[in-house]
Amino acid sequence: MNLTILSPEKEIFSGDVKSVKVPGSAGQFEMLDNHAPIVASLAKGEIRVLTDKGEKVVFNVEGGFVEMLNNEVSLLVSSVRED
Amino acid sequence: MAGGLKEVRERIKSVVNTQQITKAMKMVSAAKLRKAQGAIVQMRPYADRLNRMLSNILSNLDGGATTSFGKERTVNNVLVVIITSNRGLCGAFNTNICKEAIALIDEKYGRQRRDGKVSVMFVGKKGYDYFRRRFRDFNYISEHIPVYDNPAYENVSLVSRAQMDAFSNGQYDAVEIVYGRFKNAATQIPTAEQWLPVPKMEKDPSQKRADYIFEPDQQQLLENLVPSILQLSFHKTLLDTQASEHGARMTAMDKATENAEELLKELRINYNKARQEAITTELGEIVGGAAALEG
Repeated sequence: MNLTILSPEKEIFSGDVKSVKVPGSAGQFEMLDNHAPIVASLAKGEIRVLTDKGEKVVFNVEGGFVEMLNNEVSLLVSSVRED
Repeated sequence: MAGGLKEVRERIKSVVNTQQITKAMKMVSAAKLRKAQGAIVQMRPYADRLNRMLSNILSNLDGGATTSFGKERTVNNVLVVIITSNRGLCGAFNTNICKEAIALIDEKYGRQRRDGKVSVMFVGKKGYDYFRRRFRDFNYISEHIPVYDNPAYENVSLVSRAQMDAFSNGQYDAVEIVYGRFKNAATQIPTAEQWLPVPKMEKDPSQKRADYIFEPDQQQLLENLVPSILQLSFHKTLLDTQASEHGARMTAMDKATENAEELLKELRINYNKARQEAITTELGEIVGGAAALEG
């Protein structure tokens, strides 16, 4: 599945990933391939990405939104820090 | 205006110098404009997706959607945010924005103005200078003026967040933004927009009901989404004004360069006239002198 992480100022991440774990405001959850369409808001916390190549990337966010549809994940975050 | 040779020569020199400056300023503005436009373009994917989420949620709600930022109430206190540039030399750009703001206040908030309940917040110095000199019946908020020079998203959203809080706790009942909307390099449109309360959001009837999981529920999502959209639209007005400023300055400097060229043309004609006159007189004297010697 394809993941795009966007802030209002730039594109932070874009690429094919195996899984992405997000801090949903109703609890943390992980999305894998063919996850059902979802829109959720995020709380402060970590976004954990596992790319197709097996790399782990972690971002710290203050909050935001996630949408998944047809294996396209869009993560909208306002302020972000990469660890 | 056939001044002495020396005076005309000096004027030509000074006009040429001015022309060089205006030409350089025009090119600097062109470069800055490109950068400012880039910032607007960078924001677009984020804005598009945010709006898509909004319309997906709306399509799934029955009836109209309201949030705490959409509640209309009797307007007692108004905040008008005026976004102008920090520097001049851009034609009537800032004046037009200020006039738009005055027109808005007179038209919509005449009663509040008489009661002294109109607050005006400035981003960018020129608007503050304009208002302070002319009006004494507004409450001025000048602490956010420097934000204009530092338009990082985090920085700007601190300001917009504070205004949202002021709206939520009842300090203001409406917030308007007046700014220079960027159409293209040659056209800037002074625009007033109601920022708060949020105009009622209607779902697009043509859109199908989206089959999504919503987490938490739609209403709660909407409450979270609307502030982000508000922050984004506030930020957009600032970026627009910046692009407009550089566009306006480019046009103004181009005009100035042209005017200098016209002035130069006239001065050069005068210079040549004066030079020819001097030669003619001199020749006349020589011929006269020679004739006297022969005689």
